[in-house]
Amino acid sequence: MGWTSDQPLIRMRDVRKKFGALAIIDGISIDVMKGEVICIIGPSGAGKSTLLRCINALVPIDSGSITVEGQEVNDPKLDKLALRRKVGMVFQQYNLFPHRTALANVMMAPLHVLKRGRAEVEAEARALMRKVRLDGKEDSYPGELSGGQQQRVAIARSLAMQPDVMLFDEVTAALDPETVKDVLVTIRELAEEGMTCVIVTHEMGFAREVADQIYLTDRGVVVEHGPPAEFFTNCRDERTRQFLSQVL
Amino acid sequence: MLSVGVGEAQAAPGTPSILATILKWTPLLAQGFALNITMSFLAMAIGTVLGLALGLGLISVIRPVRGFSWLVTQFFRNAPWLVLLFYCILLMPFDVRIGGTIVPLPGWAKATAGLTLPVMANVAELVRGAVQSIPAGQWEASEALAFSRLQTLRLVILPQCVKRMTPPWMNLYALVVVGTPLASIVGVNEAMTLTGDVLSSEGRTELLVPMYLYLLAWFFAYCYPIARATVALERRFQVP
Repeated sequence: MGWTSDQPLIRMRDVRKKFGALAIIDGISIDVMKGEVICIIGPSGAGKSTLLRCINALVPIDSGSITVEGQEVNDPKLDKLALRRKVGMVFQQYNLFPHRTALANVMMAPLHVLKRGRAEVEAEARALMRKVRLDGKEDSYPGELSGGQQQRVAIARSLAMQPDVMLFDEVTAALDPETVKDVLVTIRELAEEGMTCVIVTHEMGFAREVADQIYLTDRGVVVEHGPPAEFFTNCRDERTRQFLSQVL
Repeated sequence: MLSVGVGEAQAAPGTPSILATILKWTPLLAQGFALNITMSFLAMAIGTVLGLALGLGLISVIRPVRGFSWLVTQFFRNAPWLVLLFYCILLMPFDVRIGGTIVPLPGWAKATAGLTLPVMANVAELVRGAVQSIPAGQWEASEALAFSRLQTLRLVILPQCVKRMTPPWMNLYALVVVGTPLASIVGVNEAMTLTGDVLSSEGRTELLVPMYLYLLAWFFAYCYPIARATVALERRFQVP
């Protein structure tokens, strides 16, 4: 591997991605250290979600380099499944499997991908359900849960693979306001436990509170980045100021 | 019932009543109808298994597999069932040799094969449509969890398809059942053929209308409950 934990866990260099003629990502470089929490903010259509999907190879990039623990993602010989075992992802629309119970959703990947024993997997899945404060909802189907509860099941499902890094793609954007808080609390606890997180979000207050580094992207490039205190108080770029004045 | 009454009035003295004649032949017709049901069951069962495979071929990531599956599907979906029946009757041998023993291929088996082909093609289309109706997020989430394509299909996509496919699949079955009398044209002794045989042996024109009506009633009694169940299932499976 040649990767050690003092090197960036995720290293993106000059990543580019076009959809047709449109450059969705136009030369982005970001480093994420182990245990770090990165928030990516910016206007809609700025390529934030696409960037996340490039990290776990859901979307192939056109040029540039992304390495995850030293493994190059932009490589035709990439073992995608091995990469995805290390990278968890939570989606805006939860995407739970509606035909399985909450607990079964959490258990599926460890059982079928990691081929681990059922008893052990079930014990861990129940612990994860407690961790996201959904004990008692194990046997509920996704359709019977609120948006916020579904999203927490989705987080537990992703954690069940024991990933080294978690990607969150606007996970509260589809939620009712009253259920947003529970989801954010869950993510904050994860961050505090030292989980490496890349979070795309529109929740500025949350980003400020939880992030080690904030990146503002617009039209496929990083406009500005820095630690939250600096970022929100004395941003240099005009576009950043404009964006912040719109959302804050 | 009106025709029965008319027939009654015209019947010459001494000949049994129409109702009595129908009852007399009912066991024979039931035998024939049992063959219709058997053919429909077999055609549906085999056609579904083949159609599942063909449907997976339609969504394969391998282009030649997809192309071939598409060709087969379109060919059999757009072919008249009767023509397929003729093909099977005329092209299939009278018997096949399986490991030294000669197994005869009766007409009804060949007719069943002829019905199986359109079932296969229609089920393949059902599978393709159902798979494509599953939201892309399900694929994405499965991929992100490191499921292989096959695992995604088996564990996530197809189980959700079963629900969506069941009502149109039952519809198709009802169509197959009402299609089985086509086999009479190629001489299979199913209910339609036997009705014709009964009519010619009785030689009474006043029996024509009631006998065929009786046959229709058999099919209706069998297929209507399926149609009702299909509607009920559709209502239950409606995505909330």
